[in-house]
Amino acid sequence: MAAASPPAPRAWPRSLRGREALSFYLFIAPWTLGFLLFILGPIVASLVLGFAQYDVILPAKWIGLANFRELLQDPLFWTSLGNTVYVVCLAVPLGMAIAFGIALLLNQKVSGMAAYRTGYFIPSIVPAVASAALWLYLLQPQWGLVNGLLDLVGIEGPAWLASTRWSKPSIIMLMVWASGGTMIIYLAGLQDIPESLYEAAAIDGASRLRKLWHVTLPLMSPTIFFTLVMGIIGTFQVFSVVFVLTDGMGGPLNSTLVYLVYVYRNAFVFFRMGYASAMSLILFLIILALTLLNFRFAGRWVHAEADLS
Amino acid sequence: MATETQVQAPAVGALYAERAARRAGRARLGGLSRHLLLLIGAFFFVVPLIFMLSTSLKALRQIALFPPELIPDPVIWRNYSEVFHYAPMHRYFFNTLYLVLPAVGGAVFTSSLAAYAFARLRAPGKNVIFIILLSTMMVPAFVTMIPTYILFARLGWVGGFKPLVIPYLAGNAFFVFLLRQFFLTIPQELEDAAHIDGSSRLRTYAGIVLPLAKPVLATVTIFAFMASWNEYMGPLIYLSNKDQYVLSLGLQVFTQVQRQEWGLLMAASTMMVAPVILLFFLAQKHFVQGITMSGIKG
Repeated sequence: MAAASPPAPRAWPRSLRGREALSFYLFIAPWTLGFLLFILGPIVASLVLGFAQYDVILPAKWIGLANFRELLQDPLFWTSLGNTVYVVCLAVPLGMAIAFGIALLLNQKVSGMAAYRTGYFIPSIVPAVASAALWLYLLQPQWGLVNGLLDLVGIEGPAWLASTRWSKPSIIMLMVWASGGTMIIYLAGLQDIPESLYEAAAIDGASRLRKLWHVTLPLMSPTIFFTLVMGIIGTFQVFSVVFVLTDGMGGPLNSTLVYLVYVYRNAFVFFRMGYASAMSLILFLIILALTLLNFRFAGRWVHAEADLS
Repeated sequence: MATETQVQAPAVGALYAERAARRAGRARLGGLSRHLLLLIGAFFFVVPLIFMLSTSLKALRQIALFPPELIPDPVIWRNYSEVFHYAPMHRYFFNTLYLVLPAVGGAVFTSSLAAYAFARLRAPGKNVIFIILLSTMMVPAFVTMIPTYILFARLGWVGGFKPLVIPYLAGNAFFVFLLRQFFLTIPQELEDAAHIDGSSRLRTYAGIVLPLAKPVLATVTIFAFMASWNEYMGPLIYLSNKDQYVLSLGLQVFTQVQRQEWGLLMAASTMMVAPVILLFFLAQKHFVQGITMSGIKG
């Protein structure tokens, strides 16, 4: 506008470049506002709250490291961390292995590939609450489908969600069932591997297994590593399915009390905002460490093609 | 190898042909076992959903049979109407839409504005801001949850819809990133021509860039839609009045009060899942594209 009226040379911003910068800031203004209000502000507040006692009604009180000290002695904190690590250690590798196997099978130009792909993928888009409701029924001990199938092969199924021994495997089963997104990522990665590499391997007389080991896996390693780290980060934050499956309690006997369910209970059932913030900070540190590990190691033991980074 | 075969005696040619045929046979068998494996796998992935649908159409008498039967006999629709006595699904549905529409529109709009700026405009500090933007992808939602709750509690907004919409209006780093990558592939010349004609930045963004970016906008819209449709923790924390429940919260509360009424529960679940699956079949390409892009960026 200013440039269109020559007699006003001092109007701000003066230069073309200045006007461009101004439009840049205006274009990112809504995001910036949201960033300050809903990301940066809360992170700073979390850092402060972790060292405070706060129940929303009475004013916050600075208590130093007391929250963290109490956490170390809180058996439920350790239970929730242990349960979460248990689920992460089983659900992530299992989900990845199954997703990779399916992707390998689907990558071999089978007829009906699109239909298979859709079938495997669909469970992953089912809303968490709905899939938990569905699995409540599937895992129902007396007439659920899972025990029905086990009965066909002569096994008497356990009580699943009602048993402290089988409650975590129940959750893992649900998570593996919903791992279709990983499969899609693998399939896309597999389809990017140039056919010529397999042909070269075939000329050298490589068996199918050797091709998998020496061509497919090295070329897929960045993708596998990425899904591993994202899987760990995501599974550490499991909440909705566990909450629905256990009525928000993490039962039976705290056997499914995962980290975020315990954070939720502290914050919104007991209204111990400071204590819950301290817990969030610890998990945040774990996740941050995993992310940095991802960056640090991604380039090292992973075979990276130039255009994959 | 082909020339070799041609110059050699016919007997050798026949040997080759036989070997090739045997190999083809083995490949076909391999194909068959592959299908078998895939079918068994698909069974475990798809059957739960089929069971959800079939149970929603069964009478309680049939649901209590063990082992369970797949085909509803007789097919009854009563579960679907009866759900409404316990849980006003239509209410939940409209509440969900009421939140989802502004949240999705706002997220996509804000993200695309920022993406355009990062793709096209020069300004001091731009790279630093972009790195800050990308690093927000590493901030898990639970870290900001408690302070955000306190903020909304102070504002007196707990128990209303505002806390469930307003944070979404701020856009999302992943969307900005996806959109920016796409905007960078649009030839700059198109916009340069418009600028020479005196078009403003906002008009080039809305009139030239956005129409060309329809595919990626669709992908981002679907992601945003899925995120708000499935959102559960937010409604759980902020909504307390039954009239305000969204589908996710309504369904969860329903699982608590009607735990043994599987026909009703599966009918309610089907109602929440059906729109998502419908959307998937309408826009399959965008789902797959978005997921693939999220995988490649690492």
